[in-house]
Amino acid sequence: MPQKRIVLRNCEVIDPKRITTFLATDGFKALKKAWDEMTQEEVIEEIKASGLRGRGGAGFPCGLKWDLARKAPGDEKYVICNADEGEVGTFKDRYVLENDPFTLIEGIAIAAYAVGAKQGYIYLRAEYHYLLDLLTKAIGQTRERGFLHHLDIDMYEGAGAYVCGEESALMDSIEGKRGEVRYRPPFPPTQGLRGKPTIINNVETLMNIPQIILNGARWFNQIGTERSKGTKVFSVSGDVKKPGVYELVLGSHLKELVEGLALAEKVKMVQVGGATGRIIPYEMIDTPLAFENILGAGAVTVFDESRDVIDVVYRTMEFLAEESCGKCSPCREGTEVMAETLERFSKGEGTERDIITLEQLSQAMMLSSLCGLGQAAPTPVTDSLQYFRDDYESRIKQKQGGTVR
Amino acid sequence: MSKMISAQGKRQEDLLILLEEAQNKLGYLPKEFMTELAKSLDMSVSDVYGVATFYSFLATKPRGRNVIRVCRSLPCFLKNSQTIIESIEREIGIKPSETTPDGKFSFELTNCIGACDKAPAMMSNNDVYGDLTPRKISQILKACE
Repeated sequence: MPQKRIVLRNCEVIDPKRITTFLATDGFKALKKAWDEMTQEEVIEEIKASGLRGRGGAGFPCGLKWDLARKAPGDEKYVICNADEGEVGTFKDRYVLENDPFTLIEGIAIAAYAVGAKQGYIYLRAEYHYLLDLLTKAIGQTRERGFLHHLDIDMYEGAGAYVCGEESALMDSIEGKRGEVRYRPPFPPTQGLRGKPTIINNVETLMNIPQIILNGARWFNQIGTERSKGTKVFSVSGDVKKPGVYELVLGSHLKELVEGLALAEKVKMVQVGGATGRIIPYEMIDTPLAFENILGAGAVTVFDESRDVIDVVYRTMEFLAEESCGKCSPCREGTEVMAETLERFSKGEGTERDIITLEQLSQAMMLSSLCGLGQAAPTPVTDSLQYFRDDYESRIKQKQGGTVR
Repeated sequence: MSKMISAQGKRQEDLLILLEEAQNKLGYLPKEFMTELAKSLDMSVSDVYGVATFYSFLATKPRGRNVIRVCRSLPCFLKNSQTIIESIEREIGIKPSETTPDGKFSFELTNCIGACDKAPAMMSNNDVYGDLTPRKISQILKACE
């Protein structure tokens, strides 16, 4: 199955340090078209009609988000590019930032035009500090060419916090606070950064914008499935021969990606969507990669037959317990209890009662956590209990005479 | 210390940026600095401390001149990050969360740094190194000042 490089079309083709190489590949033509030939409403209608959904994991309709922000009252509005990319096993945004910062800047500029924002931020995770210079220079070159007369774009660096990839925690971080999640409503398009209308979009989402404006929504509609239009960039890692970044039409099967392109063998299971993502056993390897099936932000980590399921789930939960912002009890306490329980299972000291606890806790966290971290933290547990229950049962501590407690 | 980092004309919103700047200049965030910063921003010390301790790249205790962070997340674990951790322990003689007595290195385990295609990976200060082997570790560490 060949890749379809729309988002990645310039990567390893242009020189990310030189805007002239970008201009030679239709660079900023979409922005000019939006300015010269389209009203704000028309730009937003095009994005709505394209069916573009957020590529950071949540899959929210991009056009709708922009429309809400444009219609919100006020002159002070913000566009934020979420380049915090902390999901375990995700590096596709890094690849894009390294190789084609100009398309991203163009996407931000179009977004700002559409909603009426004069200030944009790129929130860059601390671990990507080495890209700061490249991005700052790309913004500078763009400004010199006159493409940012309607907008300031500033870099904002994170300081090491996975939860700051969550949009409301990200905004709190820009406001100089602990990256804690906010209660919603209100939602960012009406009250976001500094209480003003704000759109936050993932790097990959913004990378799609120029091509949609140039080629039209109808072109985009013809790619993908009924509810998942376009392509998705995947980051493949783990027990594979060819780890890396791959862009596929949405609806492609996990098997094509993992075995066809990344050359995995003897696969036991695949974690799709990172630490809060799904655990797919090999029997389900033909699952389509789409919002209506299984997707996330595109992290695909492959585990072969030598790997231990309980250990994988335990390490995942340890990560989530550490990164929880701590604001809401279901997540703050729940992830800790789950991690402690899974540690005991990993040592062969689980109990029957523990499995009931994990199931009940999963329900509570999914229903009542304040954000996606807590809501989806139980996912690896519920999936592994469903597909690999034997692994749990065999780790239950036997009491005298072999009776299970 | 407050002469090195001027909070004059800054707002509470600038707190994280000011802490990051101080971290770069001083290597960590001393208690006295945070107390003065709180006063000049008209915030409580506990609020400043709360931000400083939230972010894993900010330190409230002295660190070595070179901060080595090895990724301990699953994709790197699958590619033998444990061997890398042991390699570093042997080379610089400390375990994760420790600093060498001469102040040259601090060693930390960190969560996914987005270099999974080059696992196992680590950061040495702001530089990312992937496809690590014990020999590469040795070269990287020897090059640190």
